[in-house]
Amino acid sequence: MGLFGLFLAMFLLVHLTINLLLLCNDGGELFTAASSFMGTNIAIKIFEYVLFGGFFIHIIVGVIITLKNWASRPVGYLVANKSHTSFFSKYMIYTGAIIFIFLILHFMHFFFIKIGWVQVPAGLEKHDFYKMAIALFTNKLYSFVYMAFFIFLGFHLNHAIQSGFQTLGLNHNKYNCTIKKVSLIYSILVAGGFSLVPIYFMFFF
Amino acid sequence: MDLTLKIWRQKNSSSKGKFETYKVNDVSPDSSFFEMLDTLNQQIIEKGNDPVAFDHDCREGICGTCSLYINGRPHGPKRGITTCQLHMRSFKNGDTIVIEPWRAKPFPLVKDLIVDRSALDLIIQAGGYVSVNTGGIPDANAIPIPKMNADLAMDAASCIGCGACVASCANASAMLFVGAKVSQLALLPQGKIEAANRVQKMVAEMDHLGFGNCSNTYACEAECPKEIKVTNIARMNRQFMKAKVCAEKHEAASFGG
Amino acid sequence: MTTLNSNIPQGNLADKWTTYKSTCKLVNPSNKRKLDIIVVGTGLAGASAAASLGELGYNVKAFCYQDSPRRAHSIAAQGGINAAKNYQNDGDSVYRLFYDTIKGGDYRSREANVYRLAEVSNGIIDQCVAQGVPFARDYGGLLDNRSFGGAQVSRTFYARGQTGQQLLLGAYSTLSRQINKGTVKLYNRRDMLDVVVVDGKARGIIVRNLVTGEIEKHFGHAVVLATGGYGNAYFLSTNAMGSNATPLWRAYKKGAFFSNACFTQIHPTCIPVHGDFQSKLTLMSESLRNDGRIWVPKKLEDVAKLRKRDIKPSDIPEEDRDYYLERRYPAFGNLVPRDVASRAAKERCDAGFGVSHSGLAVFLDFKESIARLGKNVIEERYGNLFQMYEQIINENPYETPMMIYPAVHYTMGGIWVDYDLMTTIPGLFAIGECNFSDHGANRLGASALMQGLADGYFVLPYTISNYLSSEIHTKRIPTDAPEFVQAEKSINEQLAKLMNIKGKQSVDTIHKKFGKIMWEYCGMGRTEEGLKKGLSLVPDIKKEFWTDLFIPGEMNEFNPELEKASRLIDFIELGELMMRDALQRRESCGGHFREEMQTEDGEAKRDDENFAFVSAWEFKGDDNEPQLHKEQLNFEVAKPSQRSYK
Repeated sequence: MGLFGLFLAMFLLVHLTINLLLLCNDGGELFTAASSFMGTNIAIKIFEYVLFGGFFIHIIVGVIITLKNWASRPVGYLVANKSHTSFFSKYMIYTGAIIFIFLILHFMHFFFIKIGWVQVPAGLEKHDFYKMAIALFTNKLYSFVYMAFFIFLGFHLNHAIQSGFQTLGLNHNKYNCTIKKVSLIYSILVAGGFSLVPIYFMFFF
Repeated sequence: MDLTLKIWRQKNSSSKGKFETYKVNDVSPDSSFFEMLDTLNQQIIEKGNDPVAFDHDCREGICGTCSLYINGRPHGPKRGITTCQLHMRSFKNGDTIVIEPWRAKPFPLVKDLIVDRSALDLIIQAGGYVSVNTGGIPDANAIPIPKMNADLAMDAASCIGCGACVASCANASAMLFVGAKVSQLALLPQGKIEAANRVQKMVAEMDHLGFGNCSNTYACEAECPKEIKVTNIARMNRQFMKAKVCAEKHEAASFGG
Repeated sequence: MTTLNSNIPQGNLADKWTTYKSTCKLVNPSNKRKLDIIVVGTGLAGASAAASLGELGYNVKAFCYQDSPRRAHSIAAQGGINAAKNYQNDGDSVYRLFYDTIKGGDYRSREANVYRLAEVSNGIIDQCVAQGVPFARDYGGLLDNRSFGGAQVSRTFYARGQTGQQLLLGAYSTLSRQINKGTVKLYNRRDMLDVVVVDGKARGIIVRNLVTGEIEKHFGHAVVLATGGYGNAYFLSTNAMGSNATPLWRAYKKGAFFSNACFTQIHPTCIPVHGDFQSKLTLMSESLRNDGRIWVPKKLEDVAKLRKRDIKPSDIPEEDRDYYLERRYPAFGNLVPRDVASRAAKERCDAGFGVSHSGLAVFLDFKESIARLGKNVIEERYGNLFQMYEQIINENPYETPMMIYPAVHYTMGGIWVDYDLMTTIPGLFAIGECNFSDHGANRLGASALMQGLADGYFVLPYTISNYLSSEIHTKRIPTDAPEFVQAEKSINEQLAKLMNIKGKQSVDTIHKKFGKIMWEYCGMGRTEEGLKKGLSLVPDIKKEFWTDLFIPGEMNEFNPELEKASRLIDFIELGELMMRDALQRRESCGGHFREEMQTEDGEAKRDDENFAFVSAWEFKGDDNEPQLHKEQLNFEVAKPSQRSYK
């Protein structure tokens, strides 16, 4: 769980970097170059399946574990637990589910088009992700939904990073504090970074 | 102080339980939570009814017998204490206090607020020991142990086996309990010899008994009356992975035999 | 059965145990498998015995009333465990530990047993370290020691303020290992209610399953009692709520002699009683006296102001404080043995210097050691105790002195055993606190853990084989044999009788009344007149019990009130024996202080000429007085002298 989680978190950084290329005021040249590299390079293509595998396992294992965990307490408490714990840690399955919904939406707009599962919207080319992105982000409703999803992703990540370290046993008195901080900074970075793109397209494009 | 108590009543494991409401008046703020319950039971007995059954023994916070889930928290609202160390000055006049038993699949209910925590014993039986027989032991000072290790081992070893970690965990996981024992022995040279097998056996037993998985919410650490740290869980995870990857296969079979 | 044979081996004191070990009879491994041993109780003595016997290959059945063996009350021992390791190079030796223990016990224990105890003490520390017990260590990685009352050397090993817990968890883990291997079978939540005697030998026990209420019969070639002390006879004590004397008392009624019943230890450093609703007393480890100084004000007007909370303890200047232990006992100061410290506290409080509003408390002050060592050091040594104190009293002991007062803690008396730890019923053994053997009239701090583990790990495994070697031809007796059936029937009848009283008072109500009688007349100071008065009150309490007790619920279900009732009647009968024993012992010694017998400066005055014996009471039926037997104590090495800590 933690291992795949951390792996996916690494991927997010790559994705974010490419997304941020959208902000370069060059008519999408760099972004298109990067995304077509990602789309055509054979190593990346193979890696894509690894990535999907990662997502798949992370989600399936997450769901199975959560169901098992729920089964570990067949009779619940009248008064819900009030222990002092980090708020987000308790809701990982829910933030996870929200992210999953977004993921499907996201695939509908990009990946499924690429592999031909979804019709290319009128006026766009199959591989022109730049135009697709502009089309989507200039839609205010989509942009807000997009940002909302990333806030949930931030919540998920905030717990996830340090949790992954804990699960892998990479928890140490000396570094715990740093790991927690990195976890927080990382989640803000990802949520904020991804949100920059719609903000840019909504207000500054 | 005058208080209203909502207490889970259940005659035995097979009957159906429900909450009953009781009033207790003139409770001294200096009395302990159990002395307050003693007073309640005295009232119930005087009326000829069955008193509330709850587990308790040493009443000084060390035996780990007491196990009440009070207002949404195992061992009540204060940090770092057991139920028997809880005093009524932690409540206000007129409060309603909801008292429930520990809830977890591996802890079947015995009566009222008493659950059966033998599952924790079974986990220890699976490997929570150093396999030495009585006698024929080298001098106690033969192997020096760094003070830091001895102290960390002691921190972990202070676990009283009450099960508050399980009761508070959203997943009814026993990771803190197991992690504490695995850590204690892994930190000491005497325990290192069997470390790889111990952790695998204990984790397997824990899973087998139906405890949930750790999702790192750390409610256990917040509720542990001995304030045992979740770093012990990480140490166990580390041990576990190391054992899974590196340990020889035959060791597992010979262990404890 | 009238002459007591303590079976002490011949030879020099220092050689007796070695000789015994090399000459005692053994049981070969294939025969061990055919022998069943019942161990009742899973504290330090019981768990270590059950585990060690399991390792040897016997079939062991371990019983405890708790839900888990790990919860036995040994777990609450705080301060430490003694051993004659002499790691501190301060002059300790087996002989010195032996001598301190005999002297600390005020010359009322058996030399041979005590010497053996001192001899095996070192092995205990080795054993525990090997089990992974995290004893306190120095920076060099070696074991640390602290000093304790009654000794001038530092020989106490400790694990913070939780030594008993760590030792018990060590024993529990080895026991768990044997349970896993199948050599020990665990029966938890069982109350032992009777010993079954077949043809004069102990052959089994009757227990009640506390969850289902079912009465069960268990056979064993030998039965080992490791059921702890009987301090709860006083209602308020530092024992656990469930600690009880029922196994001892039922064994006594089946023919085991009961020794030195009146020797109870009143521990000087407990948290004072604070109200009628109180259910138990909490001990603050004796180790606190290492760094804490005990005092009361010198002036009565300061006492009055303190009680009214007009002044704080810190407002009283140094010259107006009476550090009475340091004043009276300059050589040992605050580290005098427990009985001496308790009586000195009582003496000050009786004279009106008690500092709490009830007048029953003295100060234990850490101001000086915090200034000398720093708060961190004190916190490291006693942190959990300070926290425990603050929970209960709601005052911070780092800032204001603790208030303490003596409370019932340990019972040196118990079932009479010989050198083999066997009672007067062949095949019935008693180990740990429940026997009388090692502590005489007063136990030194950190010696209870030592005795429990010594008996369980190192003594009983030898001595029991000496007995069992002649039992290898005894077939397992089926539990439908007439003796078992009869014992079961009488237990069922007794429980039914209890349920049918249907009076009005709860068990605790009667227990509190009886506890007050015990504390009043058989507590820290005892008199001829008081003991007679106390004895005269017992029949009334018994009558109240048998006519006005009310137990809700049913017999065959989980019924804590029934458990308590069955224990209480045994406490009442035992309390009567305690007072009887105190009355016959017309001397002061150790924890037994007869106010008529004291020196001019208020110290205990022993009478070696007439009372250098162990009393051993034989049950003669419910309606008859018990018969007193005496085992004469001979001191060949440690010659009795006036015990002085000045």
